[in-house]
Amino acid sequence: MKRQVNKMARFKGNSKVQIKHHMKQFCRLMGYIFQSYGIHCALVVILILISVLANVQGTMFTKNLIDNYITPLLLSKYPDFTPLAHAIGRVAGFYGAGVLASYLYNRIMVEVTQGTLRKMRNDLFSRMERLPIRYFDTHAHGDIMSIYTNDIDTLRQMISQSIPQFINSAITIVSVLISMLILNIPLTFVTLIMVGIMVAASKTSAGRSGKYFLEQQMNLGAVNGYIEEMMEGQKVIKVFCHEEETNQKFKELNDKLFISANRANTFANFLGPINAQLGNVSYVVCAITGGILALHHVGGFTLGGLASFLTFNKSFSMPINQISMQLNAVVMAMAGAERIFRLMDEEEEADEGYVTLVNVTKVNGKLQECRQHTGQWAWKHVHQADQSVDYIELKGDVVFDSVDFGYNDDKIVLHDIQLFAKSGQKIAFVGSTGAGKTTITNLINRFYDIQDGKIRYDGININKIKKADLRRSLGIVLQDTNLFTGTVKENIRYGNPDASEEEIIAAAKLANADGFIRRLPNGYDTMLHGGGANLSQGQRQLLSIARAAAADPPVLILDEATSSIDTRTERIVQDGMDKLMHGRTTFVIAHRLSTVRNSDCIMVLEQGKIIERGTHEQLMEEQGRYYQLYTGNVIG
Amino acid sequence: MLQTLLKEVKEYKKASIITPLFMILEVFMETMIPFLMASIIDNGVETGNIEHIYRVGAIMIAAAFIGLLAGLGGGRYGALASCGFAKNLRESMFFNIQKFSFSNIDKYSTAGLITRLTTDVTNIQNAYQMILRMFTRAPASMICAMIMAFSINARLSCIYLAAVIILGIILIVIMSHATKYFRQAFPKYDDMNASIQENVSAIRVVKAFVREDEEISKFKKTSDIIYRIFVKAECNLVYNMPIMQFTVYGCILLISWLGAKMIVSDTLQTGELMSLLAYCMNILMSLMMLSMVFVMISMSSASAKRIVEILNEESDLKNPKHPVYEVADGSIEFRHVYFAYNKEGMEPVLKDINLNIHSGETIGIIGQTGSSKTSLVNLISRLYDVSAGQILVGGVDVRDYDMEVLRNQVSVVLQKNVLFSGTILENLRWGNKDATLEECKEACRLACADEFINRFPQGYETHIEQGGNNVSGGQKQRLCIARALLKQPKILILDDSTSAVDTATDAKIRQAFLEKIPDTTKLIIAQRISSVQNADRIIVMDEGCIHGFGTHEELLKHDEIYKEVYDVQTRGGGDFDEKAGE
Repeated sequence: MKRQVNKMARFKGNSKVQIKHHMKQFCRLMGYIFQSYGIHCALVVILILISVLANVQGTMFTKNLIDNYITPLLLSKYPDFTPLAHAIGRVAGFYGAGVLASYLYNRIMVEVTQGTLRKMRNDLFSRMERLPIRYFDTHAHGDIMSIYTNDIDTLRQMISQSIPQFINSAITIVSVLISMLILNIPLTFVTLIMVGIMVAASKTSAGRSGKYFLEQQMNLGAVNGYIEEMMEGQKVIKVFCHEEETNQKFKELNDKLFISANRANTFANFLGPINAQLGNVSYVVCAITGGILALHHVGGFTLGGLASFLTFNKSFSMPINQISMQLNAVVMAMAGAERIFRLMDEEEEADEGYVTLVNVTKVNGKLQECRQHTGQWAWKHVHQADQSVDYIELKGDVVFDSVDFGYNDDKIVLHDIQLFAKSGQKIAFVGSTGAGKTTITNLINRFYDIQDGKIRYDGININKIKKADLRRSLGIVLQDTNLFTGTVKENIRYGNPDASEEEIIAAAKLANADGFIRRLPNGYDTMLHGGGANLSQGQRQLLSIARAAAADPPVLILDEATSSIDTRTERIVQDGMDKLMHGRTTFVIAHRLSTVRNSDCIMVLEQGKIIERGTHEQLMEEQGRYYQLYTGNVIG
Repeated sequence: MLQTLLKEVKEYKKASIITPLFMILEVFMETMIPFLMASIIDNGVETGNIEHIYRVGAIMIAAAFIGLLAGLGGGRYGALASCGFAKNLRESMFFNIQKFSFSNIDKYSTAGLITRLTTDVTNIQNAYQMILRMFTRAPASMICAMIMAFSINARLSCIYLAAVIILGIILIVIMSHATKYFRQAFPKYDDMNASIQENVSAIRVVKAFVREDEEISKFKKTSDIIYRIFVKAECNLVYNMPIMQFTVYGCILLISWLGAKMIVSDTLQTGELMSLLAYCMNILMSLMMLSMVFVMISMSSASAKRIVEILNEESDLKNPKHPVYEVADGSIEFRHVYFAYNKEGMEPVLKDINLNIHSGETIGIIGQTGSSKTSLVNLISRLYDVSAGQILVGGVDVRDYDMEVLRNQVSVVLQKNVLFSGTILENLRWGNKDATLEECKEACRLACADEFINRFPQGYETHIEQGGNNVSGGQKQRLCIARALLKQPKILILDDSTSAVDTATDAKIRQAFLEKIPDTTKLIIAQRISSVQNADRIIVMDEGCIHGFGTHEELLKHDEIYKEVYDVQTRGGGDFDEKAGE
């Protein structure tokens, strides 16, 4: 809907700027195609040229057929058909070449089209994976998806159909024009005048259709939006007996859509007959004029010449028709291309970190880097000043030092956050929705960068740590479980690509997931689809815990699920979480009493500030906000 | 299937009939032209008869203009018929969906319904227009041209007939082959989109586990498969163009050769030869067009099937013949109620439920997920019909009430609730469209929604976005409760409707209910013991049966499930719900 409005606004703008803008996109697209398929494209142009010329020479042959063969044959007493047979053989040869060329260029275009689309998809996806989280926050997922589906689809049509057709039409127009000029100049002018009228007429029709087409798109957007909302709320409509009102409103929107769609389609439909019949008129005018010219042999014009010319007349208006038909498709494709390139141009997530995570062994109390997996990790800090190398043991200390953060600079959502988590400690965040709990956890793994202050991990400013290594050292269990299509095993291995079979089963056992996994039809090899739609909510959570367990990180970020699962399953999940938290520094967005009670420190957040902190007992004694929240449970 | 669809043409029948007639007229005029041209050449140019040239020329121009008018008419009525048809389809489907019962709705996914109403209708609209215009135009053009050709020279025209048959067969083979490949290709394509979707929505997990590279290489593999499959499928279509050209060229050469011989032996005239050559394009192009239309129509048949499915779906709940329009009080009685979502052979989700609830009582309902709490309450307002047994509200079987009356008196706050785009006030008035501002405010006070509404700068005029995305979960739930209260129902059912409201507010809402609407029967489904423990009586559900029914104290003593849940929640396994909804 929003996009439609934008489109409308853009269309209202200066149309010359518009065309220039489209041209720019077009050139870029062409460049993009040539990059990998330059030779293919050159070949295509040559092949199209051959195919068009074969066609043109065939038409020219009609003239020869009548003037050079039939007419003399008519006059001769003993007609000899051999020269005609030879001529037809020659033409057949040319035709054959044309057919072959036509096959080849179509075949090559398949490769070019699909290859370009593949490259485009890969480029889009690779770029998308490296975009900062912010991008996904600010762009509707549906819009991102529609780049891959709708926009690429319109491009496919354009590359595979419009572009070859353009080339074909252009070559045809030029060669036919030349041929016509050779045959007869005055008749060519007649044809050109008629074509001018045709172009003007179709332009008016296309323009009006375009205007209504936009209106139709707007109304379609409104209808679709309404349908989406009402289908989503269908049960509520029933419960409130609101069917009549809903129908009424729908009828209004639907009728509006009909009116604009009808207009848009009407004018679009006019295009065909206008072009076709004006083409016929042009044909007739040429036939009459040509007939008279041939009758009087003006400028040596013959009957055969007229026959050829008339065919040319037809093949001249056809490509013009085709171009005008394709123009709409091209404009739409360019809008799609713009969105595609915009995503490709997005700035990737920056990573200026240089501290890396390496395997180490301890030799005489000193850390030594080694290649193989030791289960012991350290931060390798190469000091930029003197290139000296420090190894700092990975422990899981996290410090927030007066951290300020806002999603944009003018609106700070976290103020002066101070916190200190020693290795193995459990820190709980409580507070209302929107108080900033999730935001804090998103800062630790640098999904967002802070405005002011410092976050230190094992004493190192996290801005100096390579993002990949920082994130590898952090485990995460989110409320949305986000499982991937693939087997259960693959999903657990997601946390650690190098995990062995035993490690995966151990992780599942730790998360209390082993039991239910074994009961699945194919155990660990059971396929999951649609984010694990074939599992229950509790089972999905257990898997996402197992996934984090497989990663075996020193620091954990947990977002406890709210109470949508029943008490028994919840206990199993809770138990799995507890086991996972054991011995790790844990930041938990807490929703359960037991979690909060066992925490080493509880942070009560409100409006981006930590308003209370301490253990459960301390906070209860304080009788502040925490006390209120806690006792709310007991009021009953 | 076709009948159901065509019934929706309704007032556009006239346009639907006129369109093909116009198309045929246009085609006829078009085919006249080469025929007349032959006359110009043979009787005009060759005999030097200028007058004949002018006369026939004038006829030709007239023919072109009639053709133009017919074409415009066809375009105009074709658009009208197809857009109107689409409008009617959308409307009928939408209206029918509004008649759906809950079990009808359950059958379809929301996304599925939306696709049917949008994409599928657009497909049918295009196909319909195609049928009205191209599907008559192409064969008509072919037949007209063929007749003309035959009337000029039957022997030579046999070449066309042969070409049409051969080309037709080849096209059918190619197209059916190609569609087979495309059919295989599309599911793969859907898979790829699903995996992109997955990555978009799970981007945080991807980044948190540093799996970007793996995801990219995984995607590249998928996109390679797509590439190969589509190249294979499209390679079939690549033959279309050259084969078409081959046939056209072949015809031209054959006609030229044989035509030349016939002219020499004086059985054909030059102008006639030229006309024949002109018809060659007409005939074979129409054939090509026809084959393309066929493919498009066959592709839209899936859409047609999906649309008809909705149009033919009948609500399985019907209003009784002589409905009761008055609900006496808020008493509820279940008599040996069994219920299964699927009528055939499914294990019932409710088994032999017997209940007696007095008007004005507050009843808590608790139980595990899947213990059929929601199913139980959904039967009361007849969102579903029982499979066996009877439910009485105010002493009358729910199936004897007028459905609208029943649902207005039994107000349900659904578990998966929705607000609609519009102001808060507009949303509240769903409950009662004539409610005054004061009544709305009162309902909000009861639901503890007034406190946050008053803090919004625009108060009750605050605009709610689609799905209520600009208010928090707790706020949404409270608005939904207020909306249900505005009905002033005799029975109010809250289906886990305060799960996102903090416990203190939850308690306040329940207190308000107790004081302000004492006569309303209140059924409260909850996960939290604290939400139900003060109810007059509590139902403990377990696997579709009533496990216990009594006061908090009674249940603590006698019901082991209730006791277990209570222990877990108060010992610290419960939830520390801080979603105060601010």
